[in-house]
Amino acid sequence: MPLDLDAVRGTRVNRSAADHRAATLVTRRSVKKEWQAGWLLRAVTLIDLTTLAGDDTEGRVRRLCGKARRPVRSDLLAALGMSASEVTAAAVCVYHTLVPTACEALRGSGIPVAAVSTGFPAGLSPFGTRLAEIRESVAAGAEEVDVVITRGSVLRGGWERLYDEVAGFRDACGEAHMKVILGVGELGTLANVKRAATVAMMAGADFVKTSTGKETVNATLPVGIILARAIRDYHRATGIRVGLKAAGGLKTARDALSWLILVKEELGDTWVDPRFFRVGASSLLADIERQLEHHVTGRYSAFHRHPLG
Amino acid sequence: MTPTRDAPGALVREAFANPDYGPAPESDDFANEWLQGGNRTFGHFVGGRWTGGKGPPHQTRCPADGRLLATFRHGTAEDIDRAVAAAHAALPAWQELGGHGRARHLYRLARQLQKRSRLFSVVESLDNGKPVRESRDLDIPLAARHFYHHAGWAQLLAGEFPGYEPVGVVGQIIPWNFPLLMLAWKVAPALAAGNTVVLKPAEYTPLTALLFAEVADETGLPPGVLNVVTGDGETGAALVRHPDIAKVAFTGSTEVGREIRRATAGTGKHLSLELGGKSPFVVFESADLDAAVEGVVDGVWFNQGQVCCAGSRLLVQESVEEEMHDRLRARMERIRVGHPLDKAIDMGSLVDRVQMDRVRGYLEAGKADGAAVWQPSGPVPEGGFFLPPTLCTGAPVSSSIVTEEIFGPVLVSLTFRTPAEAVALANDTRYGLAASIWTEDLSLALEVAPAIKAGTVWVNCTNLFDAASGFGGYRESGFGREGGREGMWEYLKPGAGDRVHPDATARPTRDPVTGSPTPPPPDRIDRTRKLWIGGRQKRPDGGYSLTVTDPDGTPVAEVPRGNRKDVRNAVEAAAGARAKWGTANGHLRAQILYFMAENLAVRTGEFVEALVRSTGTDAAGARAEVEVAVQTLFTFAAWADKHDGRVHSTPFRNVTFAMNEAVGTVAIRCADRAPLAGVAGPIAAALSQGNVAVVVLPQRFPVPALDLVQVMETSDIPPGAVNILSGIHREVIPTLAAHDDVDQVWDFAADDLSGDAERLSAGNLKRVWVDREGAIDWLAPSGRDGELLLRKGTRVKNIWVPYGV
Repeated sequence: MPLDLDAVRGTRVNRSAADHRAATLVTRRSVKKEWQAGWLLRAVTLIDLTTLAGDDTEGRVRRLCGKARRPVRSDLLAALGMSASEVTAAAVCVYHTLVPTACEALRGSGIPVAAVSTGFPAGLSPFGTRLAEIRESVAAGAEEVDVVITRGSVLRGGWERLYDEVAGFRDACGEAHMKVILGVGELGTLANVKRAATVAMMAGADFVKTSTGKETVNATLPVGIILARAIRDYHRATGIRVGLKAAGGLKTARDALSWLILVKEELGDTWVDPRFFRVGASSLLADIERQLEHHVTGRYSAFHRHPLG
Repeated sequence: MTPTRDAPGALVREAFANPDYGPAPESDDFANEWLQGGNRTFGHFVGGRWTGGKGPPHQTRCPADGRLLATFRHGTAEDIDRAVAAAHAALPAWQELGGHGRARHLYRLARQLQKRSRLFSVVESLDNGKPVRESRDLDIPLAARHFYHHAGWAQLLAGEFPGYEPVGVVGQIIPWNFPLLMLAWKVAPALAAGNTVVLKPAEYTPLTALLFAEVADETGLPPGVLNVVTGDGETGAALVRHPDIAKVAFTGSTEVGREIRRATAGTGKHLSLELGGKSPFVVFESADLDAAVEGVVDGVWFNQGQVCCAGSRLLVQESVEEEMHDRLRARMERIRVGHPLDKAIDMGSLVDRVQMDRVRGYLEAGKADGAAVWQPSGPVPEGGFFLPPTLCTGAPVSSSIVTEEIFGPVLVSLTFRTPAEAVALANDTRYGLAASIWTEDLSLALEVAPAIKAGTVWVNCTNLFDAASGFGGYRESGFGREGGREGMWEYLKPGAGDRVHPDATARPTRDPVTGSPTPPPPDRIDRTRKLWIGGRQKRPDGGYSLTVTDPDGTPVAEVPRGNRKDVRNAVEAAAGARAKWGTANGHLRAQILYFMAENLAVRTGEFVEALVRSTGTDAAGARAEVEVAVQTLFTFAAWADKHDGRVHSTPFRNVTFAMNEAVGTVAIRCADRAPLAGVAGPIAAALSQGNVAVVVLPQRFPVPALDLVQVMETSDIPPGAVNILSGIHREVIPTLAAHDDVDQVWDFAADDLSGDAERLSAGNLKRVWVDREGAIDWLAPSGRDGELLLRKGTRVKNIWVPYGV
């Protein structure tokens, strides 16, 4: 849709109310026993298994892809009444250079490869370069592209600029699934988070994503609430369902459950699905595996009992 | 191969495919163990011992599933008698213990509440039906917080409240909606101040009070300091009527509050009432609407809506009405109603069938009045007293669902166009407990918050409570505050050492002659004194005068004999001046009071003569009284811009400011003891804080103060801000005390008529202060008077403003 500046500028967010909602959201709901196990398995299928380090190698990425195919030990899955094909990661997320390796490693699994792009994480390389980067990643086999916005446009109220930038990315992505990283930790206020998300959606984002994972503040629950509400408003206005991706800072099974509750409560069950909700994480899965094993055996588990991702 | 427990595959698969919330029950094992330990039978806790009493047994059941929790005793008048006696016996030692000694006990109770928090919360939820999440996260932690906070007041008492002492044995009656929390609000300040307590918990929910008594006993609270007598309204009535109770503190319905007001009238018992409400929840177009929707959830569906300060009247700006309602309905669809011990629900069971039927009755009445009643489609469990969250729109403002407290999960929505209309609608109620305002516009919020008549105003938040911030109502929501420094005053009285005994020093009095006026000697011009109403000198409506005499019986003057119509006119004139004077700044009020002092001072000779002629005092005494009157005017002129509010240290990221607001119209009944200073002083005290006054002059010696009218006329006092009536007190005081547009009565005469005034005040529950303890001597002001009178002349409004970006 075209940029609706009134909607963007009219955005009002009350910080303390968002914090209060975040604090009570997770105390109002509790998921126990079989339901917890079921929810954690669902959470596994929402994970974009991610490696975004300077020392990434092909070997490292292949190992990660193996983990994406089989994120939970098969004996545990069997004990939980699940088959291996039902529980795979949502995607594997890597830098452009490693896209071919990941594509090869995941061939036949149905698990898409996501490339971080557009001068990730700062997003300050020349616009033409950033567009070219997207096109190359898509050409290399990435079905999903995680792009970053220019945070300065948000801080300066340059909504047209931001809109044009994201619309340009959209165009370059073509059929590929575009997740727009907002860098919430660098936007200053929650109101800015909501405004930026709204502009990104108007410009064609398939997902809005909290963070690169490189900022000091990443995916917090209040931010998640505000993004969910932006998505809800956009859906109300256009009928279009945009997805939400939480990235950075989610480390425990408890965090995963909190986010699932958040999405279920603020957006509804439809969103609790890999098509509309993703979690970008690397260490989270290991904690979920431990909790699942605890559910099966009744004993608290240890990390070394689960294959390294 | 990993060993497995029984494979629960089907359920896990189901939860994987459809992420619903399964059951998440809180265990009631420990609660059952505790109940079983006492064979599910409780007596009263009196003098540190458990006693059965002779009253018939009552049962308390879990409202969510009907299971029998325990049997307890109906407290008889005899049980109350024993409890009051025990409390009396414990009083001296408890006071001798001193602030620090009592602080140690309160600290221990706070710690014990924390150490046994889960047991308390489960018992509370079983007994009341409230979600265990709420009892766990709100009721119990806040109860503990009150004991911590008041341990602090006990520690600081001597230094912070010099010249004050505890009132004595306090009778406390608490409701069923927050059983333990209300206990804490009442017991903690009472004990901190050095009082001993007889507590009567609600008949539906006695268990946590009994558990608390057990804990207090175990932790070594001295016997008799806290006594718990269970029972119903009859037991409560026996407590209220008991002659050896120095104070009654009650939280509950306005209806019962009125009965208690009448029952304690004329007894000299101190009284604080925390009553009902129909609190406005005001949503401006400049609000974060999603935040406001969550606020509504916390505001009216907290505790199934059984909250005295529930934001049950939604006032939404017309420009965002539809959007607000849409969002609200969508949110209501996600509210889960279920068993109180399920940790994944939002609402539990109402407390009793009576309450559920009452709420349903309101909904039927609302429908009959033409309101649209909407409830979400989600399931509501069977077997308990469950009601879904309910939204009523389109109700006429006259409908009972708009005007009356429903005390259930029912939100009534109205619209407004402008901030002024929002304020008018918010204040269009007999209640005044709380209000919630939603806007991102700071200027708007700070304009509206002081304008709403309510003891607590939450800006962009709702139902926040803390021990450091006083809670209590305006209007028919009661009087007195609980929490903070302002709450401590409710359990203190001026110390005996500083007290004046008016009787000992009073001049001889004689009723005015009510027969025909005596004409003045022919060598004097006829002197005409009139009433002063609305800034004009008025002949009395009845057309009668009274002849007043000096102490020897010689006629001194004729004065107007005011009647009920004059009262009506005076109160109306005061109401007309109230808003403007109430918002005049302190600097302006100070200037006017200084000017009045100046104008009085220049006419000293005249007033000396009037005092001498009226009262027979000597010239030196009369001169001293004029001088005191001038000084008192200076004192309260000085205070006009110095009675600062406070910022409370509440443990949230917010500013909680306590504003001292004018009470409104104060009816002042003056005593004969100080015919000039005792009139000018109270007027100055009332005016300095922004109140308007209707003053009934000393019955026996009205002449000097009638002459004061000429001083006031020349002192720029706005018309209606002060109104002066003379006459026979029993002919005007009852009308004044009963008048629904009078907000407070100050009675310095303190006689039998004062009791009538207290009784008659029950209609609108105005605050009545009868200075029976002789705290104020207008002829000999003490340094403490200022603080006391400023406190009497204002009420504290706490405005909560959270912040953050």
